[in-house]
Amino acid sequence: MTHPFDEATLRSLVPSVTGVLVRRGADFAAAEDAVQEALVEAVRGWPDDPPRDPKGWLVTVAWRRFLDAVRSETARQRREVAADLEPGPGPTQDADDTLHVFFLCAHPALTPASAVALTLRAVAGLTTRQVAEAYLVPEATMAQRISRAKRTVSTVSFDRPGDLATVRRVLYLVFNEGYSGDVDLAAEAIRLTRQLASLAQDPETDGLLALMLLHHARRPARTRADATLVPLADQDRALWDTGLVEEGVTVLQAALARQQRGEFQLQAAIAALHADAPSTAETDWVQVVQWYDELLALTDSPVVRLNRAVAVGEADGARSGLAALAEVDPGLPRHRAAAAYLHEKAGDRDLAARLYAEAAGLATNLAERTHLTKQAARLNRRE
Amino acid sequence: MPKYLILKHYRGTPATVNDVPMDQWTPEEVDAHMQFMGEFGRRLEENGELVDAQALSPEGAFVRADDRGTGPVTDGPFAETKDLIAGWYVVDVDGWDRAVELAGELSLAPGKDGRPIHEWLEVRPFYGAPSATGD
Repeated sequence: MTHPFDEATLRSLVPSVTGVLVRRGADFAAAEDAVQEALVEAVRGWPDDPPRDPKGWLVTVAWRRFLDAVRSETARQRREVAADLEPGPGPTQDADDTLHVFFLCAHPALTPASAVALTLRAVAGLTTRQVAEAYLVPEATMAQRISRAKRTVSTVSFDRPGDLATVRRVLYLVFNEGYSGDVDLAAEAIRLTRQLASLAQDPETDGLLALMLLHHARRPARTRADATLVPLADQDRALWDTGLVEEGVTVLQAALARQQRGEFQLQAAIAALHADAPSTAETDWVQVVQWYDELLALTDSPVVRLNRAVAVGEADGARSGLAALAEVDPGLPRHRAAAAYLHEKAGDRDLAARLYAEAAGLATNLAERTHLTKQAARLNRRE
Repeated sequence: MPKYLILKHYRGTPATVNDVPMDQWTPEEVDAHMQFMGEFGRRLEENGELVDAQALSPEGAFVRADDRGTGPVTDGPFAETKDLIAGWYVVDVDGWDRAVELAGELSLAPGKDGRPIHEWLEVRPFYGAPSATGD
């Protein structure tokens, strides 16, 4: 067991192997099960005996597992499938089939939670147990969610064009709402987005990749050792991963040059301005606000409006920020926290402390609640 | 081994000895409290006694259905658990005494001025599965 064995490389082959099986006539659900079984064999056997052609090995073993499963059902079905046997696909066909597995797993008929689960299993090649642990639900629950999702998409034709936007949304969810467990979901989302970007050749998918890279670059600075949050303004920027920043900026610039602006490209542009600044004070806030204006024109999203108000507060002063905030729906989850921040900046410590305490009560996770409580505590401190 | 629920309350218990809302502590006191809670959870896990630990947001609503299906989602005209329950530990331990001992440790989490809160905690036994030899 001394050979280096890269599980991520193995798992990167999963969607294309599934694609080959489906192209040969297997239905998606059965193909996916067969590929999972082949993965288990690979994990067991490859460290000692790595194959020369990993993908060919997986296709052969998965196809055999698939035939075994069919045979154990009925002989009639086996004859039908055998009749469908075709020569292997060419490279273009292969890329299209791989892309199609992405599309199926993010199909609009699926709920977001189901699409995320199915993508992590059938595209990322994670086991049901790993997906369950990542989202803190019992394995039996996750198994049901995945098999229901497979049934839902099993009637979708493999040759119908899919929508990249739905795949991007699912990958963004995996990146953004990652929980715990052994699997690094953010890294996994980046790996899948890279794969999608190379298959799709589309600027908005590149924009999503850039956004993920730029956010991921800040991760080492975002939490302390005790898991408490460090806001952007207080982060030790020396901890940011400059390699990821550089890659993110390069990917973004190439995407923007193609002049098909989208939401993720614009968000990435804002993230790039932060990544480029030595401190909050030296951030080009005027340009940040300009990107937010463009993003708002494109999406008209209340969350963008809220973030824009905070940026206006940095660019033009707290009073302007509060004026911009007055236009934002006060029911938004982070409205109270943004108001607290801007009121402190405007010099009203007591009001800011009260708002931070209220914001803590509205927080959607414990780390955020603790952070906001500490902001209130800091302002309430009587020296 | 029997399972117990150790309930943390937002309100509804008698005042604690060190009864100051958290936003009136110093940030360092908040950190010390969170660190204590983190270590308590980790220790339960290391002991092999932790089943589940969850914290509840103070948000939420009582819901009831009328004849047409789901009725209005409203705050109940009575005390709701969101006013009371802040979170819980589910522990799988040797028995009642150990569950009470753990609740006692949790009660002494540090608060304002680093002094113990002496928080009230509620311990409730779970019904288990019927025993295989109990017939």
